[in-house]
Amino acid sequence: MTARIGVVTFPGSLDDRDTQRAIRLAGAEPVALWHKDKDLHQVDAVVLPGGFSYGDYLRAGAISRFSPVMETVIEQARAGLPVLGICNGFQILTEAHLLPGGMLGNDHLHFICRDQKLRVENADTAWTVDYEQGQEIHIPLKNMDGRYVADQYTLDKLEAEGRVAFRYLDFNPNGSLNDIAGITNEAGNVVGLMPHPEHATEPLIGTGRTDGLPFFTSILKKLVTA
Amino acid sequence: MSRTPLDTVEHAAATPDVELPWAELGLKKDEYERVVEILGRRPTGAELAMYSVMWSEHCSYKSSKVHLRQFGEKAPQSDALLVGIGENAGVVDVGQGYAVTFKVESHNHPSYVEPYQGAATGVGGIVRDIIAMGARPVAVVDPLRFGAADHPDTKRVLPGVVAGIGGYGNCLGLPNIGGEVVFDACYQGNPLVNAGAIGVMRHEDIHLAKASGAGNKVILYGARTGGDGIGGASILASETFDDAKPSKRPAVQVGDPFQEKLLIECTLEAFKEKLVVGIQDLGAAGLSCATSELASNGSGGMRVTLDDVPLRDSTLSPEEILMSESQERMCAVVEPEKVERFLEICDKWDVIATVIGEVTDGDRLEIYWHGGKIVDVDPRTVAHDGPVYERPYARPSWQDELQADDANKLARPGTSAELKDQVLKLVGSPNQASKKWITSQYDHFVQGNTVLAQPEDSGMIRIDEESGLGVAIATDGNGRYAKLDPYAGAQLALAEAYRNVATTGAKPLAVSDCLNFGSPEDPAVMWQFAEAIRGLADACQQLGTPVTGGNVSLYNQTGEVAIHPTPVVAVLGVIDDVARRTPVAFQEEGQLLYLLGDTREEFGGSAWSQVVHDHLGGLPPKVDLERERLLAEILISASRDGMIDSAHDLSDGGLIQAVVESALLGGKGARLVVPDGLDAFTFLFSESAGRAIVAVPRSEEVRFNDMCGARGLPVTRIGVVDGESVELQGEFELTLEELRQVHEETIPALLK
Repeated sequence: MTARIGVVTFPGSLDDRDTQRAIRLAGAEPVALWHKDKDLHQVDAVVLPGGFSYGDYLRAGAISRFSPVMETVIEQARAGLPVLGICNGFQILTEAHLLPGGMLGNDHLHFICRDQKLRVENADTAWTVDYEQGQEIHIPLKNMDGRYVADQYTLDKLEAEGRVAFRYLDFNPNGSLNDIAGITNEAGNVVGLMPHPEHATEPLIGTGRTDGLPFFTSILKKLVTA
Repeated sequence: MSRTPLDTVEHAAATPDVELPWAELGLKKDEYERVVEILGRRPTGAELAMYSVMWSEHCSYKSSKVHLRQFGEKAPQSDALLVGIGENAGVVDVGQGYAVTFKVESHNHPSYVEPYQGAATGVGGIVRDIIAMGARPVAVVDPLRFGAADHPDTKRVLPGVVAGIGGYGNCLGLPNIGGEVVFDACYQGNPLVNAGAIGVMRHEDIHLAKASGAGNKVILYGARTGGDGIGGASILASETFDDAKPSKRPAVQVGDPFQEKLLIECTLEAFKEKLVVGIQDLGAAGLSCATSELASNGSGGMRVTLDDVPLRDSTLSPEEILMSESQERMCAVVEPEKVERFLEICDKWDVIATVIGEVTDGDRLEIYWHGGKIVDVDPRTVAHDGPVYERPYARPSWQDELQADDANKLARPGTSAELKDQVLKLVGSPNQASKKWITSQYDHFVQGNTVLAQPEDSGMIRIDEESGLGVAIATDGNGRYAKLDPYAGAQLALAEAYRNVATTGAKPLAVSDCLNFGSPEDPAVMWQFAEAIRGLADACQQLGTPVTGGNVSLYNQTGEVAIHPTPVVAVLGVIDDVARRTPVAFQEEGQLLYLLGDTREEFGGSAWSQVVHDHLGGLPPKVDLERERLLAEILISASRDGMIDSAHDLSDGGLIQAVVESALLGGKGARLVVPDGLDAFTFLFSESAGRAIVAVPRSEEVRFNDMCGARGLPVTRIGVVDGESVELQGEFELTLEELRQVHEETIPALLK
């Protein structure tokens, strides 16, 4: 038996099919979910993929957060459903208040696309158990609004509780506070990050690294052994 | 308040003496008289609007047509060509049932007026051409040319253009995998913003711009029609810039990439369910173009009710609606029983779709407004029977003098220290420097199929996950070469793109071109244009790569000063298994470096002559297409059989530029030796064509040499991949750190 992992397509989602491929490569079954459909079709986990849903108009993720599908995602995530938000998906998760803080425009005001070095700061979440704590990995990053911000209280709390899941190493590509690249909720089932693990799953393609695959094998391991 | 009567066909026939603003709309007197002759009466305002935009230089190719015919007449026999010139984009068979469509277009004039939107909508337009063929767009490339790197206006134009391309393309989810960035003072008032796109489909999914089947419905879908871009094709793209005229900004369109992304998905879904008989995107000349082309490519008859066009601005006149170049719109012809499903799909994607007319039995395009018939024309006269000019052309008087100013006579470096100094100057010059500051603003990972992207020799995309089938694309052009000799310059552009595709291991199949020139009304420019086309058509014939389509951009001049003639050539190639691709970067220390081809003292138009002497004169490098073909065959075989681990084509900047790029990308240095029979200077800086460097694992040395020997390709061992520096034995050594600094810091420093 394998796990069924849903990937939501919002209008303007771009990496939905890539994420489905990554899930397949990890050995799980991808299930396409549609933003207007509240039904999650009994998936075991959900990924909100990258892209420019609703053109990032108003504010990245601000409109998608009110999609019908998000009502169910929010409800079930609070009940423990594993949810991963990648880039625009991370932005949607913060807009939906499943994760604290928010994203502003990159401090240099340009879109940035690069192979980014990260450190895995929390290898205990549903999406990171296949990494070693402190492991250094390279994952492609590409965004316009990637600067993670939160008030000092929230930052202190995230740090104290070990909820900074990924941190930028060597170079902070967007001005994120505390070099934060990704965070998790208290329960560890909801994770969001700006870099794109689905683009680091095949040798030859993209940067040629496969450092992103453990995201998808982690969740599979967790679901199948659960 | 007085009301002017609606200018219907009837009204036009009854009021022959009414003066129409044909000159303001860009028509010449004899062109207007030809319209009157075709119709047998004066045109209505709406008809005049249609003829004026469709007969503009941009849409009708009236100055270039007589020359462009050569691409058809000289087209080589090619089994790969599925759809040739004349459709929205050409289509090439790449095997395994896949077809690939690709095209390069210009958006030069708008990008100077309004860099962000001009460049953004350039991407939007080329992508719609790709969708209109039935294909899913899979990648974009952007050949760009700007004025001098240190000119203040370049700081306005370049960042805007780059942000516009990124802003639009990134939001569409299309990896940007290639292109060029060139600086030259000749482009100061006329930057060249060319945009290319590739799409993939199955053979059976090819769609054409054709309205057939009486009773079939014409559906306009996508964005609402607004007042933006009115006259963009006729006024903006078909005239030179002139300080005395008012700002042309209102003629530039504004893009909404989110809408276009929805348009892509909804169109592909409609294709998948086989709901579409014919399709056309709305680009230059908007509805005028879409209706007249769809109708004339079908049986000819179409009736359209303009009142049904969804508007952003309800005060638009019918003429404006016909001329509007509002972006993100498409027009589909759908059988009546499939209309409901088509509209459902549009609704699913929140795309506005409206039936605006139908295909009729007749051969007239009839357009109605408020119940009155305002257009009644034979659509062919609008779309295809535009004026054709045999513009006078003459070899300019200065050409001989320019060619006599031989670059081979320029002062060469006299000492090792000078040589080293000039190497640093070259690799740090704006044209040769790393373009990372620019390309890092483009997404090259999205869709998860990017095998190679800039700064590789060609961009490469996997199109089949099972078999590893892929396509490669390279775009090249060298205005300096073309200025010295437009015939050879165009051939060198093709040769370089062809070589770049082969260097990555792909087999070159077909060509698209974007021909950027000055005013066709200047006989010298017209000569450059005629020569470039003759050169390109001859070379395509010889290399067996047909031109599948492209675009001509004229009037790239400000006042009397034209840009360098700049034919930009895109070559598409196919590779059976992307796992066999060859990258630029050096892979392993100890691998042997070989130079393939002949090196001659050829410095005319070279990067060295520009960087060191600010000189342009003499003749460009010699063209030898048979050599290019042989070199390509060797590079492809070597890649397929695993004989080489990296390869880099030699072009502007010569061998040293290529070695430095391979070294920096791989993080591995090289020790070079000047081969017998060459001096160090020529070895490093010559731009002889038909050459590449390859890195060969020692285990493959014999096999590789034997192959080159057997097939008669000159091969010279020039060194080894080694260490942390690039060293020319007995001359100089430059550390990778030093090289990286000059190579990578130039562009950010200029644009900060």
